[in-house]
Amino acid sequence: MDHFPTNWGRPRNDAFDAYGTYPISQRPYNGPTTDAFSDGIQHTQQPIVTGTSVLAIKYKDGIMMAADNLASYGSLARFKDIQRLHPVGNNTVIGAGGDMSDFQYIQALLDQLMIEEFTEQDGHSLGPSEIHEYLSHVMYSRRSKMDPLWNSLIVGGFKDEKRFLSYVDLLGTTYSASTLATGYGSYIAQPLLRKAVEGNEDVLTEDEAVKILEQSMKVLFYRDARSLNKYQIAKITADGVSVSESRSVETHWSFAEGIRGYGAQTQ
Amino acid sequence: MPDMVTLPHSSLSGKPQQRQFNPYSENGGTILAISGADFSVIAGDTRQSEGYSIQTRYAPKVFRLTDNAVLAVNGFAADGNMFVKQVRQRLEWYRHAHAKDMPLRAIARLIQTMLYARRFFPYYVYNILGGIEEDGSGAVYSFDPVGSYERESCRAAGAAQSLVQPFLDNQIYFKNQVPRPGHPHPQHLSLETVIQLVIDSFTSATERHIEVGDGLEMFVVLAKGSPLHGLENFDGVQEMTVTNEGERIFVVRRNLKRD
Repeated sequence: MDHFPTNWGRPRNDAFDAYGTYPISQRPYNGPTTDAFSDGIQHTQQPIVTGTSVLAIKYKDGIMMAADNLASYGSLARFKDIQRLHPVGNNTVIGAGGDMSDFQYIQALLDQLMIEEFTEQDGHSLGPSEIHEYLSHVMYSRRSKMDPLWNSLIVGGFKDEKRFLSYVDLLGTTYSASTLATGYGSYIAQPLLRKAVEGNEDVLTEDEAVKILEQSMKVLFYRDARSLNKYQIAKITADGVSVSESRSVETHWSFAEGIRGYGAQTQ
Repeated sequence: MPDMVTLPHSSLSGKPQQRQFNPYSENGGTILAISGADFSVIAGDTRQSEGYSIQTRYAPKVFRLTDNAVLAVNGFAADGNMFVKQVRQRLEWYRHAHAKDMPLRAIARLIQTMLYARRFFPYYVYNILGGIEEDGSGAVYSFDPVGSYERESCRAAGAAQSLVQPFLDNQIYFKNQVPRPGHPHPQHLSLETVIQLVIDSFTSATERHIEVGDGLEMFVVLAKGSPLHGLENFDGVQEMTVTNEGERIFVVRRNLKRD
């Protein structure tokens, strides 16, 4: 309760301000110096505008990755032209699922980092393994502050004749494998990718790799309700980084005509 | 006036809603260490999983720290990797300050201190440290996530601890075994026996636990001047020794079932 009458607004003290000309914003503030929100620093959050799966595989010449162009707002397909594959330097691409604003913050961090390293002019540039190490420290330290960056990131790269493919997420958990997938892709596409790629990393051609990813993106579009049939493919090889224009695959929905519902609803 | 109004916390339950970010996860897998008279074996599987998903078939959980110390970490993988990184940094500083490797029992105390420093936001990690003590004996130290530790001669931890530890109690400590008259239980087990026990432990754990499998990584630390005990005949054995201090380290990699 504010016990200062001058803070109450009208009616106020006529002897002091007969016509109520002293605006509330300029009255002396005598209330409590803290309010309900002053100690409410937001530590945790939830993802708002989200991207779904990212897929990545090793193949003969390097790394190939795929991600669709959708950023969802819950179940609303909100932004349909978002690029979720981001080149960093000349040897690396990062792909992101999860919160897109956090991803854009990460892009800004990495761009700043690359500029700092460039200005050193020491003949070194950050490769995929350094970028992954940096990201894993950023992600882990933010989770340790209970203020995570809500993303699953895949780092793919090719440098010094070596392929690099690793994952890091909002908990700071890291791992690498010859096939990686985030989000729904880890349930739906990962088994397909493993079947096609494990053991064949050194023989798969570029065309075969593209085909595997196209097939997986199609399956994801059929089953993942937060996906879009418009996606990009990135490849990272000895020749550097290239991210394709947006593309789509042909789908057939005629089978849906025959579906008459499941369980009790059979009519 | 705001402070006269009772703000409803939640329209449904009447209780305050809490959505809490959970900073921990559990990444499966199992680790195991057994010490002998002049050797120590430290092993772990290489699968990393979360829930029912296999994240990768090869993520090491066992790390060479020095030529006489090997650390196995199990639990939350992100904490584990970060913890190993910090232990290694402390060991490097020690090397720069004292021009020698930190002795095993000192590493054990260091680990307890580092774990307890995070008593109120713990590393969700079970540590097992194996190696050779300054007196040349094989040793195993096991830790809980907040740093309680003891030296023992065998320990299993992780997802299949409940499957492996009873087996070890029986085969290493001879629990529930009555010796034949005139044939007492041996005082120390041979390296060959221990390695076979470790391999059997992991094949069995792989058979019965879904979070264990893919690969086995087994480190063997031998004391100064100790013979190889037939280790040289092992399939796929690789020496990892770096210094000339006398202790030697080997690693053996085996496949485990991938289903």
